[in-house]
Amino acid sequence: MSELEASMSMLANKNILLYIGKGILFTLIISVIAVLCGILIGSVLALVRNYCTRGILQRILHALAVVYIEVFRNTPLLLWIFICLVFCPCPEFFSRKMFGLTSVETKLLFKAAVALILFTSSVIAEIVRGGLNGIAKGQFEAAHSQGFGTVRTFVYIILPQAYRNIMPTLLSQVTSTIKDSSYLANIAVIELMARVKQILSSASQYNGTGNIHVSDVFVLFGVAAVIYFVINYTLSCIVRSMQKRRSRQPKLERTA
Amino acid sequence: MSGIFSLRAWEKVWLYRGTFLLGLFNTVRTAVFAILLALALGILFGLMATSGKRALRAVSRVYVELIQNTPVLLQTCFLYYALAFSGHSIGIITTGILALGIYTGAYMAEVVRAGIEAVPKGQFEAAQSQGFSYLEKMYYIILPQSIKIMLPPMVNQVVNLIKNTSCLYIIGGADLISLTYSFVTGENTGGAYAPAYLISGLLFFVICFPLSKTASSWETALKRREQRQVFARKNAGGKEAMADE
Repeated sequence: MSELEASMSMLANKNILLYIGKGILFTLIISVIAVLCGILIGSVLALVRNYCTRGILQRILHALAVVYIEVFRNTPLLLWIFICLVFCPCPEFFSRKMFGLTSVETKLLFKAAVALILFTSSVIAEIVRGGLNGIAKGQFEAAHSQGFGTVRTFVYIILPQAYRNIMPTLLSQVTSTIKDSSYLANIAVIELMARVKQILSSASQYNGTGNIHVSDVFVLFGVAAVIYFVINYTLSCIVRSMQKRRSRQPKLERTA
Repeated sequence: MSGIFSLRAWEKVWLYRGTFLLGLFNTVRTAVFAILLALALGILFGLMATSGKRALRAVSRVYVELIQNTPVLLQTCFLYYALAFSGHSIGIITTGILALGIYTGAYMAEVVRAGIEAVPKGQFEAAQSQGFSYLEKMYYIILPQSIKIMLPPMVNQVVNLIKNTSCLYIIGGADLISLTYSFVTGENTGGAYAPAYLISGLLFFVICFPLSKTASSWETALKRREQRQVFARKNAGGKEAMADE
């Protein structure tokens, strides 16, 4: 029992709480950035994969998009993190001290974030494609008949509807990305998962007993699990309520 | 840094091909056993979620939410260190099988639940009225109808599981990614980054791509069949179709 008390006493340590808090912030910021960039790149990929089918140039772009999506979807994220560590160029701006990280860590953070963005964008591309496929052909014809060009049709008519339809799926993709961001723990101590593991490895200094016990594992990883759970469960509750509201609304698009 | 076209780097990879084969073997071994565990857990908790008994449903719900909302890496670490510090270490591969099986099991449970719930209620009532026991009802009536709905997402989960074997790296794993990384950073073997990562990625792709392709083609086939049915019902007479939905 005293072991458990010793482990719990770590949570009263202000420095440890601050350390974990910073980890939460990094996890959230990295994930949100990855999803936002993923939506941008993913939308382009989805549009190219769905609609670039005429002419040689378009066919080449189409093939590139297909290869990109399939390659990233069928290989593990960790592989891409390792690849980016070696091959991703890092701009000068990111090779200095920032956000309380050393210059080496900011470099690692940038490279790993690039890997996460590349990986997430392939998943989001497929989500966006699902949204685009759900839009009735009549919408294109109506837009053309009203004199909209191709770009304008997509920007004003097609994409807004597609995004509206896939909003729940995109939100649940944020959940997956938050979970995926824990893979960054493999290369640097930046986000939540890595920080908790770091505290565990030096827990003997903090719990006052001079040893690492099982209770330390339970308390530290328990705290991390609770944090992840609260964030992700809140998001999935939002997703569910959105879906419920949608299923109650009559589907206007389907009547065409 | 050796480029993709450096012959020496490729020779090095060829010389140490055993490392990659061992990694592939470990990844496949972990994945196969984890898939079996995930299927067992998925079916068990999926049936519990659709059993209609409140307590069973609650247990299944808690399992699914707890596991789905925390990262697999955290679960692996937790399992490994909890066992290690209490003196019951069971080895990296076994830990990986357990952690991945439990993690994917939560997703399988949701797939099974959704598949069973997609079968019309009348089927359950009909089976019951014919005197089928619970197991008979599930085995002869419900599962044959829901299996075609469940298979595509199940295969997708299998692909995810195979990709997630890379989480073994954090506990000092022996899977393909971990061995590739120790190969490219090793003192005697290091440097052949591009060929090694290419081979490793290719091995994953060769396993995962056919699986996800199969899953998506089944899915489109299923969707088309559903659309045909809806169309046929609409033609047959609007009122009955509306009442069914």
